[in-house]
Amino acid sequence: MTITLISAGPMLTIQDAGRFGLRHMGVSPAGPVDAAAMALANALCGNEPGAAALEFSGPAGSFRTDQALRFAVTGSDCSIRIDTRLVAAGESHRLNPGETLSIAAPREATWAYAAFSGGIATPLVLGARATHLRSGLGGIEGRALRAGDRLPRGADSADTPCLRPARPLTGHRPLSESGPIRLIPGPQDDYFSAEALARLTECEFTVTPQRDRMAMVLGRTTLSAARGHDIVSDGTVPGSVQVPGSGMPLVLLAESQTTGGYPKIGTVASVDLARLAQLPVGAGFRFQLISRDEGEELLLAQRARLRKLLADLVAKPDSWMRSEYLLSCDLVGGFYDPGEILRPVMQGRGGETS
Amino acid sequence: MMTPKLLPCGDSAISLQLGETVDAATNARIIALAAAVKGLCDEGALRGVLDIVPTYRSLLLRYDPAEIRGRALEELLLDLAGRPALPAAPARLWRVPCLYGGEVGQDLEDLAAMKGLSTDALIAIHAGTDYRVYMIGFAPGFAYLGGQPAILDTPRLPKPRQLIPRGAVGIGGQQGNINSVAGPSGWRFLGWTPVRAFDPARAEPFLFRAGDLIRFCPVGADEARALEARSAAGEMIITPEDVPA
Repeated sequence: MTITLISAGPMLTIQDAGRFGLRHMGVSPAGPVDAAAMALANALCGNEPGAAALEFSGPAGSFRTDQALRFAVTGSDCSIRIDTRLVAAGESHRLNPGETLSIAAPREATWAYAAFSGGIATPLVLGARATHLRSGLGGIEGRALRAGDRLPRGADSADTPCLRPARPLTGHRPLSESGPIRLIPGPQDDYFSAEALARLTECEFTVTPQRDRMAMVLGRTTLSAARGHDIVSDGTVPGSVQVPGSGMPLVLLAESQTTGGYPKIGTVASVDLARLAQLPVGAGFRFQLISRDEGEELLLAQRARLRKLLADLVAKPDSWMRSEYLLSCDLVGGFYDPGEILRPVMQGRGGETS
Repeated sequence: MMTPKLLPCGDSAISLQLGETVDAATNARIIALAAAVKGLCDEGALRGVLDIVPTYRSLLLRYDPAEIRGRALEELLLDLAGRPALPAAPARLWRVPCLYGGEVGQDLEDLAAMKGLSTDALIAIHAGTDYRVYMIGFAPGFAYLGGQPAILDTPRLPKPRQLIPRGAVGIGGQQGNINSVAGPSGWRFLGWTPVRAFDPARAEPFLFRAGDLIRFCPVGADEARALEARSAAGEMIITPEDVPA
């Protein structure tokens, strides 16, 4: 059971839940930038939430299969075709041998996911299949996928129905948080003056083109650290908001390094990190401070909502296209330049230390 | 050593900081605390801790708030930090073969000239020091080495080089390193080792851990090539010896 890539976009990688428990050895977990969206894509195909699937930014590419399978695309609306037939994101479809599946770039969000029934079954590397591009781990040879790659697929029961959410979702993303991006102060908020801390919540930030799976650089508002922009390196986590000497905050994402030498003014709440990472280039937003306890409560509640949504998926009727469902999908949303989101953030920062 | 300070790192991680500078005693205390937390997890006495990351001067724990809340972890960490230090375990000393100069050790002569030393004298100083692994971070298996003689301290290059190979032995400010994966780097390099600090295909993917000692041993090009062939075949070409704390 193999999926063959006829063509591949510039940023197409294999991801699973991630590589955990090895941070003390310098191993970044990798995994999806938007874990909930990938979990939904997997669930729509009858897979475990953390099964290996494809993450893409920019066009995904085109695919063929040697055996019938089900697939689903989530994370963003995007144009999906089986041969010439247009099908919707956010629900699963059958793909038969001889047909070509083509998946275009995410339209409104930045990161989208394509899951296949049975999951992608490339070899485990340090316990996971997730690709970490910078250290060349996981996936296929630790790299982004390219035309000609063949993806082995896990066992799958062909009779299972295609699924969709009980109610259509906004943007084919399972979580519907809104409002400011919530932030928990620390661990080095004491490096910043009261004025800088005030700007953090009073001023608007924007998403710049300097972004990739490792981090995103924020624009419009700069922050200056009164005690300097170098610390003795300590641990970082996805969501850490580092402030280097440029004053432009840098939010660490799934592929971030495990330690860093910049002061961290705060950490984006887990419930809002994927929402921030999914904003298109140029989007403006504000931060709102919350406590660690609030962040934990919000996260537990969000996980419960996601579990319910995944448990409540329903079988699709046989008709492959129902008008009210198509109408709920934005099929003509605005495009933006996919190249803009692929510029590496930290090129040449390999010697970064304390 | 300062009073232990708890620093929140969002809603799924917490950091206990024991200092703000590079200091061997602080680092040893952090590593002992990490071992104590790991012991509690292994015994089943502590659940929900996903990662235990000792760094130069602080200990980061990643946790699952569905299993344990940050507040409870804070109490546990403060309690552990308040206990008398346990006697340190013996350190592991690694003798790391190093081919000085050459293509990878491209900065050896410049470094010697900057210090007003012959290359032989510079090598003798570099190889005559036991370095301490303060932490593993930045990249898989990447060891930050402290204890460098002050004369070797050299600022990083203003513009990083795009590709430095695995095994490059370098100096960045007051620290030493062994490149564990190929990549860009602004450090200055004086040699190369066939030892692979990280090899995901090997039974033991990671060689070094925080608290280890490292001594570089000069080798010639022929010996380095022979060792490299064994490394490439997946062999762990050096083993550590225990030295009393």
